[in-house]
Amino acid sequence: MAKTIDEIKERIKKGQVVVVTAEEMIDLVDKEGIKKAARKVDVVTTATFGPMCSSGIFINFGHSSPKIKVEKVWLNEVPAYAGLAAVDVYLGATELQERDPANRVYPGEFRYGGGHVIEDLVAGKDINLKATAYGTDCYPRKELETMVNIKDLNEVTLFNPRNGYQNYNVAVNTSDRVIYTYMGLLEPHLGNANYCSAGQLSPLLNDPLYEVIGIGTRIFLGGGVGYIAWWGTQHNPGVGRGDNEVPRVEAGTMATIGDAKMMNPKYLRGTSMRGYGVTLSVGLGVPIPVLNERVAKFTAVRDEEIYAPIVDYGREANQFLGEVNYKQLRSGKVIIKGKEVSTGGISSYKRAREIAGILKKWIKEGKFFLTQPVAKFPGKESEYVFRPLRERR
Amino acid sequence: MAKRTLVLRFPPHLVNEAITYRLVKDYGLAINILSARVKPQEEGNVVIGVEGEKTKIEEGVDYLKRLGVKIQPLVQDILWNQEECTHCTLCIPLCPTEAFILNRESMEVSFDKERCIACGLCVKVCPYHALELLLG
Ligand code: SF4
Ligand code: SF4
Repeated sequence: MAKTIDEIKERIKKGQVVVVTAEEMIDLVDKEGIKKAARKVDVVTTATFGPMCSSGIFINFGHSSPKIKVEKVWLNEVPAYAGLAAVDVYLGATELQERDPANRVYPGEFRYGGGHVIEDLVAGKDINLKATAYGTDCYPRKELETMVNIKDLNEVTLFNPRNGYQNYNVAVNTSDRVIYTYMGLLEPHLGNANYCSAGQLSPLLNDPLYEVIGIGTRIFLGGGVGYIAWWGTQHNPGVGRGDNEVPRVEAGTMATIGDAKMMNPKYLRGTSMRGYGVTLSVGLGVPIPVLNERVAKFTAVRDEEIYAPIVDYGREANQFLGEVNYKQLRSGKVIIKGKEVSTGGISSYKRAREIAGILKKWIKEGKFFLTQPVAKFPGKESEYVFRPLRERR
Repeated sequence: MAKRTLVLRFPPHLVNEAITYRLVKDYGLAINILSARVKPQEEGNVVIGVEGEKTKIEEGVDYLKRLGVKIQPLVQDILWNQEECTHCTLCIPLCPTEAFILNRESMEVSFDKERCIACGLCVKVCPYHALELLLG
């Protein structure tokens, strides 16, 4: 029998809601079958925690006296974007601190940048704010330097144009030298294999066709409550899929938004990838309402049924070297080109499991209510594709 | 008599066994292989403990460098700050002595300091600065 989101909300209110994590759903379906599990369970919680470069915060820091229309701005010496209204700025996760040697001293350490400012701000630390302006009749001030704290700022809105990639490459290196990538240090001659997905716990892998997750879905974001604002940049629903509809390469993405003042630095971590740059690791949790047996079946997907492409980052053309599933990846060893290779993660499965548990608790305690999406993501039949850039004059 | 721990990185064309043999025979050093990750056609990663006369150890080290073996400087100590660790597991395949242990049930990383020979590799890769080199 099908359920509605309103019915599930009613059950949350009455304290009768049945919530399980995506891992627990696998066991339940094993034991009781899809039909029974679909009837019994109202919500399955999914989650992921890992570096998500397309993340950042909008800040309105309030007007100084006299007023300034900020032209250039720095937070702890990390430049932010000020091409907005007078005291609105956007700080991106991958922005480097001024004078960071970057890769001039190879491989660069990238110890502090946008992602770290976001973590520090959310942790309640004072942040140095510096701004300059050209001055106008209405905004005469040309320079500003002060300490600010998140509790005194007007809005601090986390807005991430792309989070929660549905599946991702497994990165290896067949070249003769060590390479430093956004997928970590890759040793030569297939020395290691790094992967980056929570697999069976990952949100979009549990709703492979974007049937229940959509624009307006309320989520766990960075330790607080947020929403899915849009589909994410590079959303690519039309890729190859298995019989279970799970994409076999990177596919769907989501844009997320939420009030950073309510978030927790444990789930918004500044991240330094040696030789690559800085970024922000984001904790994301998405509830999936089990509206029918089809949804139940999708949420029972397991690591061994989710395949990821092995990609050689040591060659310019990023050659495809085969496929492995997440059960193999999480076992610690995979076979690539006949060779046993040790695996390392970029995404923390332990944190993902933790977040799925927290979201489950919130829902059970009646603190978190599910929303009905207001619109859907472009689906696999939509002809919506991620295109490469065609350069022209 | 002096003692040192060396972290050696071999280019693929060098064979580990022959080199340790020379260190023993030509320099009179006692060699204790603490960990070895050498596979044919690949850069090898070997950690050895050497014991012998101080000058002989230095000569042995020079000999290795001439051959093209890279010797990583050893630091005193590695500090694993559990609070900062996100258990991402990125360090797991890289540690030459398997000092990081991943419980595959809980997917939780722990650190066995006894096994660590302070090569410093994990400090380079940990994205969350959970590892620190304490210089002696
Ligand atoms: S320093 Fe790090 S990589 Fe090196 S042996 Fe110790 S734990 Fe392993
Ligand atoms: S790389 Fe750092 S954060 Fe990741 S598991 Fe190792 S110590 Fe922990």
